[in-house]
Amino acid sequence: MAEKEKLNRKQKRDRRRKIPWTIFAALVYASFYIPVLVMILFSFNDAKRNYSWMGFTTEWYPKLFSFGNHDLWESLVYSLVIAILATVISVIIGVLGGIGLKKFEFRGKRFINMMLFVPIVVPEVVMAVSMLIIFMIVGIKLGLGTIVIGHCTFCIPYAVIIIKGRITGDNETLQEASMDLGANRIQTFLKVTIPSIMPGIMSAAFLSFTLSIDDVMISNMLAGASQSTLPVLILSVNRTGITPDINALTTIMVIVMLFGMVVMNIMQRIHNKREARIMAESDARIQAARLAAEEY
Amino acid sequence: MTASKGRAKGTNRLPLLAQAGPVSLWMILFVTIPMLFIIFISFMTRGTFGGVEYTPSLESYQTMMEVTYFHIIVKSLGVAAETTIACLIVGYPFAYYIARKPPATASRLITLLMIPFWTNSLMRLNAWMLIFQTNGPVNNFMLNTHMIDKPITFIFTDGLVLLGLITNYLPFAVLPMYSSIEKLQKPILEASADLGAKPSVTLLKVTLPLTFPGIFSAIILTFIPALGTYVITDMLGGGKVLYIGNIIKNQFGTIRNWPLGAAMSVLLLAVTALMIFLYSRFAKVEDMEVV
Amino acid sequence: MEKAIVALKGVNKWYGNNHVVKDLDLEVAEGEFLTLLGPSGCGKTTTLRMIAGFEDASSGRIEVQGEGVDEKEPYQRDVNTVFQSYSLFPHLNVFDNIAYGPRIKKRPKEEIEQDVEEMLRLVQMSGYEKRKPDALSGGQKQRIAIARALINKPRVLLLDEPLGALDLKLRKQMQIELKRLQKKLGITFIYVTHDQEEAMSMSDRIAVMKDGIILQIDKPTEIYNRPNCRFVADFIGESNIMGGTVTKVEGDLLTVATPDGEVQTKGVGFAVGEEIDISVRTEYLECSSEPAGSFSLKATIRDFTNMGTVIKTSALTASGKELRISAFEQDENLHEGQDVYLFWKPEKSVPIHREQKEAKA
Repeated sequence: MAEKEKLNRKQKRDRRRKIPWTIFAALVYASFYIPVLVMILFSFNDAKRNYSWMGFTTEWYPKLFSFGNHDLWESLVYSLVIAILATVISVIIGVLGGIGLKKFEFRGKRFINMMLFVPIVVPEVVMAVSMLIIFMIVGIKLGLGTIVIGHCTFCIPYAVIIIKGRITGDNETLQEASMDLGANRIQTFLKVTIPSIMPGIMSAAFLSFTLSIDDVMISNMLAGASQSTLPVLILSVNRTGITPDINALTTIMVIVMLFGMVVMNIMQRIHNKREARIMAESDARIQAARLAAEEY
Repeated sequence: MTASKGRAKGTNRLPLLAQAGPVSLWMILFVTIPMLFIIFISFMTRGTFGGVEYTPSLESYQTMMEVTYFHIIVKSLGVAAETTIACLIVGYPFAYYIARKPPATASRLITLLMIPFWTNSLMRLNAWMLIFQTNGPVNNFMLNTHMIDKPITFIFTDGLVLLGLITNYLPFAVLPMYSSIEKLQKPILEASADLGAKPSVTLLKVTLPLTFPGIFSAIILTFIPALGTYVITDMLGGGKVLYIGNIIKNQFGTIRNWPLGAAMSVLLLAVTALMIFLYSRFAKVEDMEVV
Repeated sequence: MEKAIVALKGVNKWYGNNHVVKDLDLEVAEGEFLTLLGPSGCGKTTTLRMIAGFEDASSGRIEVQGEGVDEKEPYQRDVNTVFQSYSLFPHLNVFDNIAYGPRIKKRPKEEIEQDVEEMLRLVQMSGYEKRKPDALSGGQKQRIAIARALINKPRVLLLDEPLGALDLKLRKQMQIELKRLQKKLGITFIYVTHDQEEAMSMSDRIAVMKDGIILQIDKPTEIYNRPNCRFVADFIGESNIMGGTVTKVEGDLLTVATPDGEVQTKGVGFAVGEEIDISVRTEYLECSSEPAGSFSLKATIRDFTNMGTVIKTSALTASGKELRISAFEQDENLHEGQDVYLFWKPEKSVPIHREQKEAKA
């Protein structure tokens, strides 16, 4: 092993050439991570408002959990409720729509596909004001409902695209096989279609949730006089200065997210290990069967 | 072939309605109608006490051409263009770097790129403010190393807004470019080298042309949101620097000049449509990488 | 051998702990059509890619025209490649694809135009200049890929399973065309394939590779008639391979004891008591209802398979070994389940030493 790699000049040159690129990539990553680290750091800032570093304290975390800042918790709960509602509605409509738009040909399909593209490319502020005008003219009261509608409107297209990408020719054959074996449309949908696109459904849900929970522009404009979501609250507080307990709360949110990721990862690994074990066992059994056959 | 697809089964339209119905209805109600209505409103007259008076006029488009607004529009276009160019210059080599790694490493690097974006975007913007405060680390460093003798005011400046825009939209530029570079097959690049092209020539004659759809997706996904944002400009510009997004938002908030806000929105729609049209000239819009 | 245009000297390639090319020595003569033949994963493509410069050898030396090229980039080497996946530039039309190399070398425009037209004539694709690769069939793409490589007038053309994606009929036709092209231009071809028939029909020499080693390198007829190991005998053509012990050596005539009785073969360098394999091509194995020849093996006919040009007969010996016979016509006297006698002319079989190179591999 060790003696095999005697680098000639070309190989050494190739390696040297990679170094600046690695440094460049590291700098780009730094530009993504430095703000996050600063945000976390300032959750330990011993100051009323975050303008500059005044010393280290951990007091903001216990303060946060003694519910000292009611507005903050209320807006978080409001954000979560909206995100969950928007995710559920978007995934249901997106999954049905993704399947339907892939499977069927109907008049106006091109138009609907085009419309699905609009919320993705059109500036969010335009989406927000156009819906706002309609709600105001029709006389719908701004609040939770209108925010959820707004969020769904930009989450559904993503869900549809993800689901459409997951459906291949295979899925259609699977559905035909299922019906051939005697399952009706609904049974086929529940037992074959949905499980076969489950990874897509999961990523559509994940994307919808993250888009919704982080949205400012639509939430801000469609909230009316009602409760603020967390991002809207942060936007308004920004004028007077962010308080460190907000940093503490968003830090906890990041940690929860990361923790969820790690748990998913571990579960995936356990699953893979089990699959590998089953493979090994069946290999042994196949081998034994083959030997028996050969002896005969 | 076509018989298995679509309506051939004839009478039973229930599955079609159940599946494609909700999404179609939703899109028509909350996208098509609002979009058409905002175009309609933009050609109406401003109400005396705000809102809208349904008399057709080009009043708001004329207002838009006035020096104050025109200046803001030009400036917004400029800043969005700067953001886009910076995202391309940094994003393309970065995407290339990731795409040329082995697949397992590449997918890990992409995850690494996404993680910071699960934190609240406003708090990340706020962090840039903390970093560039008058007595923040950047100023302190430069003072201590005698690069400057007086703190520089970064906050609430166009420069900081630009930094915020770039760092916020860079991943949206990287992802489509990454997936188009990743799709580029290695033998194509090898064929170019085999035929005598140096890496720089291969980049110019093969890699860039073939990844152009990805580059253009990146342009669309950074330029348009950067042009329309009011949040980043609000957070980092402190409301002092106004861009198109802020103007639109204000017309529906405090100022209540709906037709002007609508006309500005129509302008953004027109820019968007133009870019999508350009994109469709050389690539299929349906294939655009947006997720 | 005449002057070697490509030489590999003690070349090794490691991917991590995976040793894919092992101490490879290879010399390719000027104007030769050499085929690297072997199953997938045998290191043949890696070897080709090292010559082209897409992979660096972990150790050893590669020379083109007597000059070490290990430190040269692919674009600095005087070899060109025809890729398995064609690798035509999808954004360029046929003309621009072919003109790619000469344009990079900044050759004059009129000259390029002339050359491209000539190349198109050579591969019988005149008139396709403006087509994009997407609008071409597999065979047409292949012709353009060849033209794109040949226009650079390489001393050596490397071909990596160029016909792999084509259907059988087209493949046969392209084989003939490629061979003619090579003869006409006098360029050295190094050709990689896993298809033994393709190798047999086109090559001046074949190098059979397995697990990173060249097992045998020789003219196609030699490889076919005198395989030097069991793997080669099995991989090229269709052979019956039987194990046995040498019991008698008379000049080059060997008598070998197999589980089904004594047989004879011809070869030198074998000693009494040696365990060997005997390879008999299916077309040299004969079958009759009466004992015939100097020896015969008892067997029972299992079944017949009509392959079109030949009939294959499968027979089981007493020890349960299956032997296959191919003949142009079916002997009307034979039927399934019949007891028969199998034999061959000793000079039509090949004795093979056990524990040859393949053990090392």
